Amino acid sequence: MIEDLVEAEGLVKRFGDFTAVDSIDFTVGRGEAFGFLGPNGAGKSSTMKMIGTVSPATSGTLRVLGMDPASQGRQIRSRLGVVPQDNSLDMELTVEENLMIYGRYFDLSRREVRARIADLLEFAQLTDRRTSKVEPLSGGMKRRLTIARGLINRPELILLDEPTTGLDPQARHVLWDRLYRLKREGATLIITTHYMDEAEQLCDRLVIMDNGRIVGEGSPRELIDRHTSGEVLELRLEEPVGALSGIGDHTEELADRVLVASRDAESALAEVHARGINPAMSLIRRATLEDVFLTLTGRTLVD
Amino acid sequence: MSALTTRTGPPTLTGGWRAHRVLERNLMVSKRSWVLVLSGFFEPVFYLFSIGVGVGAMVGDVQVGARTVSYAAFVAPALLSSSAMNGAVFESTLNIFFKLKWGKVYDAMLSTPLRPADVAAGEIGWSLLRGGLYAIGFMVVMALFGLAESWWTLMAIPAALLIGFAFASVGMAATTFMRSWQDFDLINVVTLPLFLFSATFYPLDVYPPAIQTVTRISPLYHGVELVRAFTLGMFDWSLAGHAAVLLGMGLIGLRVASGRLERLLLA
Repeated sequence: MIEDLVEAEGLVKRFGDFTAVDSIDFTVGRGEAFGFLGPNGAGKSSTMKMIGTVSPATSGTLRVLGMDPASQGRQIRSRLGVVPQDNSLDMELTVEENLMIYGRYFDLSRREVRARIADLLEFAQLTDRRTSKVEPLSGGMKRRLTIARGLINRPELILLDEPTTGLDPQARHVLWDRLYRLKREGATLIITTHYMDEAEQLCDRLVIMDNGRIVGEGSPRELIDRHTSGEVLELRLEEPVGALSGIGDHTEELADRVLVASRDAESALAEVHARGINPAMSLIRRATLEDVFLTLTGRTLVD
Repeated sequence: MSALTTRTGPPTLTGGWRAHRVLERNLMVSKRSWVLVLSGFFEPVFYLFSIGVGVGAMVGDVQVGARTVSYAAFVAPALLSSSAMNGAVFESTLNIFFKLKWGKVYDAMLSTPLRPADVAAGEIGWSLLRGGLYAIGFMVVMALFGLAESWWTLMAIPAALLIGFAFASVGMAATTFMRSWQDFDLINVVTLPLFLFSATFYPLDVYPPAIQTVTRISPLYHGVELVRAFTLGMFDWSLAGHAAVLLGMGLIGLRVASGRLERLLLA
């Protein structure tokens, strides 16, 4: 049994003159929850589509479940669970029928699919919407149905493209809870997201993508330890940023505030006050993946 | 509740065509809209009442080769043929375009072991299944009117399916090139003259030879000749030629449609 479910080396995807994925290397191990974190247009979805064998790589090597997507796409897809960004549910069918026909696409017997539907509806908390059409379902419900649909073939590898984009906070938490459950069962997940909290919550290991390249790699903790000072002091100032020189390890000026990276943000704030600077707002927090992204790219993740 | 992701058996086998799964999906959808499906049966029947029976009463008999037949018997196979064409074109253009652009149904299918060729063949197969049912219904009506003279008439059903195959394939291939709903106006520009001028309502020999040659370009003409030969029981070797034209058209269309779907959906 192979241990690395996905291996990519020098993977490139070009659309005409535009390079969406610019020579990236990564591996995803069995049982891992692996993330691609980056802003829109970073190349996450293009990478996902190549792994899902629905988009051919321009160059580089890619192995999925030990197979070649170009020649064994069908064998690979039969063992993947795909949760696309736009759901692509069948609007002409009911909740239950969506699961049934999707199972049939995998050549599962009706009897087998019926048995799985009960479990999957319970998992997706949609048991009472069984015979409902898809259209009237809420965004969160549609998303959960899409995840349930992706599980119909008991996949070895589950691809989740922006699983909670466009959902309200409550629906996101319900969804995260469902994804934790899959993790606990030992499923291998690949998740793309532009939410740093999602990446921190769900991913064992992740790569940070920007402009088609991988700019950082590690567990959320490792990335934060490696690329930040641990704590951040956020200030809103009247004075020019220069007034803060010497305070903290590093300062970053954003449109509406200044971030001061520091091992001890409390002392940094005391120093600010000692200099007679009175910020309109000050906030001390732990460094996050957002700060990692800022350090690595000089830009914020969500604009 | 059992584990959701752990595999219990060997991975699904993956060889061969899966076009029948696309058919199964459409069948699932149409269970709820069977009235709509049924409506396709009435088109040729209404034409038969109005033109075959109504106009036929004024026209009298028609000379076909060495035989003299009633106008209804002459026009019925042509109505069957053109409705096979219209049904196939409708199914393979408007419906497919909608699914392609908005429905996202194919994106979901292609995330599974299905391939673009399965999608193309499945959609065309579905259109043929419907067309076959309408053809059978029309045969029953023809029999009730006394227009089915021999068992050979039954052969008009596969002939109608062949027409459906030719037009569904080419229609689907054309649809993959369409950019907006406006482009669909072009379809009527093509199908209406085919419907009117394919030796549908009168024998080809009423035209001067030059125009006869133009008519022979029409694929529907070959369909009408084929179906008419079976319902009137008048055979010769030209039938093989008519069938070959339709079959070739269908195979080329299917090939183009699969290739184009691959380019559109697997970018």
